[in-house]
Amino acid sequence: MSALLLQMMNGLSYGMLLFIITCGITIVFGILGVLNLAHGSLYVLGSYVGYSLIIKAGLPFWVALMAVPLLIAIIGLVLEVVILRPTYKLGHLSQVLLTFGLAYIFHDVFSMMWGKNILVVNPPDVLNMSVEIAGNAIPAYRLALIVIGIVIAIFLWYTQEKTKWGAVIRAGLSDKEMVGGLGVNIHFVFTCVFFLGSLMAGLGGVLGSPVLGVYPGMEFQILILSLVVLVVGGLGSVTGTFIASLLVGFVETFSRFFLPELSLIITFALMALVLVIRPQGLTGRRVV
Amino acid sequence: MKKGPIKGTLLFLLMVLVPFFLSIYYVNILSEILILGVFAVSLNILVGQTGMVSLGHAAFFGAGAYATGLAAIKFSTNIFVTLGIGLLFAFLLALIIGLLSTKAHGFYFLMLTLACSQIFYSLVYQWTTVTGGSNGLSGIAPLDVFGDIRLSNQVFVYYFILVVMAILLFLLSRFLHSPLGSVFIGIKENEERMKSIGYNTALYKNISFLISGTMGGLAGGLYVIFNGFISPTDVYWTASGSVLIMVLIGGVGTLWGPVIGAAFIVILETIVSSYTENWMMIIGTAFILFVIFAPNGIVGIFNRAKRIVVKQQKIEHKEPNIIPIKQQTKMDG
Repeated sequence: MSALLLQMMNGLSYGMLLFIITCGITIVFGILGVLNLAHGSLYVLGSYVGYSLIIKAGLPFWVALMAVPLLIAIIGLVLEVVILRPTYKLGHLSQVLLTFGLAYIFHDVFSMMWGKNILVVNPPDVLNMSVEIAGNAIPAYRLALIVIGIVIAIFLWYTQEKTKWGAVIRAGLSDKEMVGGLGVNIHFVFTCVFFLGSLMAGLGGVLGSPVLGVYPGMEFQILILSLVVLVVGGLGSVTGTFIASLLVGFVETFSRFFLPELSLIITFALMALVLVIRPQGLTGRRVV
Repeated sequence: MKKGPIKGTLLFLLMVLVPFFLSIYYVNILSEILILGVFAVSLNILVGQTGMVSLGHAAFFGAGAYATGLAAIKFSTNIFVTLGIGLLFAFLLALIIGLLSTKAHGFYFLMLTLACSQIFYSLVYQWTTVTGGSNGLSGIAPLDVFGDIRLSNQVFVYYFILVVMAILLFLLSRFLHSPLGSVFIGIKENEERMKSIGYNTALYKNISFLISGTMGGLAGGLYVIFNGFISPTDVYWTASGSVLIMVLIGGVGTLWGPVIGAAFIVILETIVSSYTENWMMIIGTAFILFVIFAPNGIVGIFNRAKRIVVKQQKIEHKEPNIIPIKQQTKMDG
């Protein structure tokens, strides 16, 4: 029973982390129609820059948590303006391939700047302890992750469902031309959404590094996990991504615990199953 | 069209002569180009011909490679038996994945093929007793062709691969102009219309998937014969991504494009990696430039250059007016 509770907390915190990482790629895909295959790279960049700030420069974790996402968001902004914006006329598939090329470039930039070792960041001192719940010692950092994930989810849900900005984003999901026709500068919306998506990737990068570490080639693993969540949850919906992240987090944690030899297969089988039964995802509408 | 076979035969003869002039190092590079060329050509049937962009083609490469390798270790030393087992295995895998994924369109098809190939990757990675897990499958001895002839030498392997490639390209050039090939192109251009004409597009998409997957398995089998080793990294989805890059850089939907793309990537990789470790960056940059400036790939650049030359010749003869320039700008933008 106690092991089960421990795994539950692990699954929950892992799912929350997945949510923070994935909601960026989902929103960007939903609005821009571009599957950003460099999203995993932005996440890993966040992790690496966070590592440099915290371990090399000796700054507190909280400073990195504020500064890194902004930096990643600005990099994302530059990428959007310089590379994606001039290429909207080429079609979505070309743009997806562009971001894949970007992921290749990032891969080598990482190994040039940060080497090929696994780097780990310690959680902040305040959270570097364990909390006792029902006789189990649970790392405080994981609890903090759960809280942060819930706060971000509520914030994003509120933004998307209750504010004027969210209304524009939701409208953009269903019909971009119409939104443009109604006088909204849709390209500006694209840029903002890409900025937000990169911000979330950077945030996930800093938050994830104490749990997952950071190593070369990680961006492709993160990317593939994000794609699983994206497909399971459906496009552009915060609620769907949230549910899917938790589901994938639980499935992966528990399959690793009970059936370690099948753990990799089960996650992808879940994705294939959802695609065959409900191609639009658990909560999504059919876009494409 | 008549020039095609002659050019092809000349190129084949040239390739036959290569081992007499170049060192074994270059022959090995050529073998690698040919194998990846087969792989890229197989993906092109799906992407270029039928218009279904797959990001899971490495699964078939892996299926063919692992099945051929295991058959070579356990059952037989005859190359046709082992390659046949590899092909059969790739065919069965394509049958399963095809039935699952060809129902979906566009992005969802891409994701389903990706998911299926990742399931296959996980199987290979975690079924350590059979596949050797992350250590890969090694110890594959040279195979026999007929009777006493054994592919004990890299040059023999090169010739074998060359013959396979030549037969394949010949069959494909026939296939492109066959009724079935036209149906595939029809599905790419407008699936709804093909449906309303009365074609069972789901069936044809499955056939395309089967042909493509089985040929991918052939590439995998050749690779394991050439290399004597296969590891899970060759089945990971980045391998599917890089073969997609080859097809797109070479030229989607053309006969020679994928082979040229494979050659381009392999040569670039070989040259760049002798100077710096960071060849992925160079390939990524080249790829981005191609996507932006030459969406039709290397073959597209050739064709455009050819057309411009032809046009200029015509201009000299006829009217040196605004019209051709207009057309030219249209092609550029």
